[in-house]
This record gives sequence, structure tokens and C-alpha cells, in this order.
Amino acid sequence: MTEGAGRQYELIYILPPDTTEAQVTELHAQVEAVVSRMSGRIEKTESWGRRKLAYEIGHQKEGVYVLEVINGSGELMKELDRRLKVIDQVLRHLIVRVDEEKKVVDRTRSKRVANSERRRVKRGLPPVRQPGEGRPAGDAEETDDDRFDGVEV
Amino acid sequence: MAFGQGRSGGGGGGGGGGGRGRGRGRGDKKTGDKEKGQRRPMFRRRKVCKFCADKIDDINYKDAKLLGPFVPERGKVLPRRISGTCAMHQRKLQTAIKRARQIALIPYVTE
Repeated sequence: MTEGAGRQYELIYILPPDTTEAQVTELHAQVEAVVSRMSGRIEKTESWGRRKLAYEIGHQKEGVYVLEVINGSGELMKELDRRLKVIDQVLRHLIVRVDEEKKVVDRTRSKRVANSERRRVKRGLPPVRQPGEGRPAGDAEETDDDRFDGVEV
Repeated sequence: MAFGQGRSGGGGGGGGGGGRGRGRGRGDKKTGDKEKGQRRPMFRRRKVCKFCADKIDDINYKDAKLLGPFVPERGKVLPRRISGTCAMHQRKLQTAIKRARQIALIPYVTE
């Protein structure tokens, strides 16, 4: 079975607000060790820093968020999940598989661009919208807000 | 004999009453609709799916600002009939909100 071919996951974990930089990097190193041992790769690491939590987790009102984008197999993520559950320092973590959704998003986006270019060419316009063309932004007569405040009939 | 008759009569009466009751209920509803129509001229703002209109392909759970308007004070998911979101995007929105809740970007409930 060719599991793990091109799979991409996002891992987010939340640490208590009093964690020091050193502790964050140490945990990152732990994650990295597991990833590299199981022949995965960390694509990107983002630290969001301290953020207010929407609800209390373990009597903490704030947390330090770290996001890692990892290429690897499902087995690897299973192992990471298990390890993160064990580490008390991690308030919460979430692993989401992203590669398939990403593919779909890319496809719809490129399709839309191609379609609009094709239509514009058909109308005898240059394929890309020129600056100053059409209605300027913010001029929309009907400012639709998405809340409906009438009576449903 | 008398007892049996009474039972059957009662049953019939009950059924008839139910039928009449239902009929009345329908009538009430009709007049209610009329009143509503008179009070409010038939005008509704057309609802457009925000994600279709703004061409947002990716409803990402990490973007709490994007999800915010679809989570009213109570913390529930805003229904489609109110927000006007299309079915596809409502589905994606739903998973995004659920994920965002797990990592405390959006509350599950608020008092």
C-alpha cells in the first residue's frame, strides 16, 4: 500500500500562556524528531504567539498557538497524535488532513480564472481585468449584509 | 349494549371534532398570512451566498474572522435560511466552525 504518498497534514497545538520561547522550541524539536524518524517532512512552522482562547481549557484563558504543516504518512500522524496526548504541557492539539481540500480549491480557482479569461477574450477584451475598468469597488448600490432581518413569509 | 353504543358514538364524535378542529386551524393560518402580507409589502432583500459572491474558495477553520459572522452570540451555527449561504458553502462552513471550536478559536457556547 502506498500510504503517505503526498499526504499533507496541519497540526495545531496550544501551550499554556506562560511557556517560554525555549520550551516552545524544545517541543518543536520533539515533533521534528518524530517526523524525521518516520520519514516525513515539516513543510512550514508558524507561531501565532499568545492568543485569547474562546473558552477556558484547564483553567487557562490564553494560549500559545503553534501551527505545523507536515508532509507524511497517516502512521506518522497517529504517532504524533499519541505523543501529544501524553505530553501534559500541550493544552490541546488538532490534526487535519489538508492535501485533498487544497487540490479542490486550486482546481476551482484555476477553472474560474480560465473561464473568465475565455469569456473576456470572446468579448474582445484583454484576458486580464485592467485597472479602472468596470464599476469601482465599494460603489455597490445594494450593500448586502448577510443577515436577513425581515419576516420569513 | 348501551355501553357499546356509547363507545362507538364517542369515537365518531371525537373523529368529527378532530376534523373540524383541523379545518379551523387551516383557516386561521390563511388569515394570518394575509394579515402579514398586508402589514408588510412583499419585498425581501435577495439573499446571496457570501462565499459565492466574494469568490472565497477556501473556508478555512483557522480564519476566525471569516467565520465570526456565521456564529451569533449564542455560539450556534447561523442557519442557511437566515444567512443565505448556498448548500455547498454551508457544508464547508459547518466543518470549518466545528474545527475552529476544537482549538478554541470559536466558542462552543456562550452564556
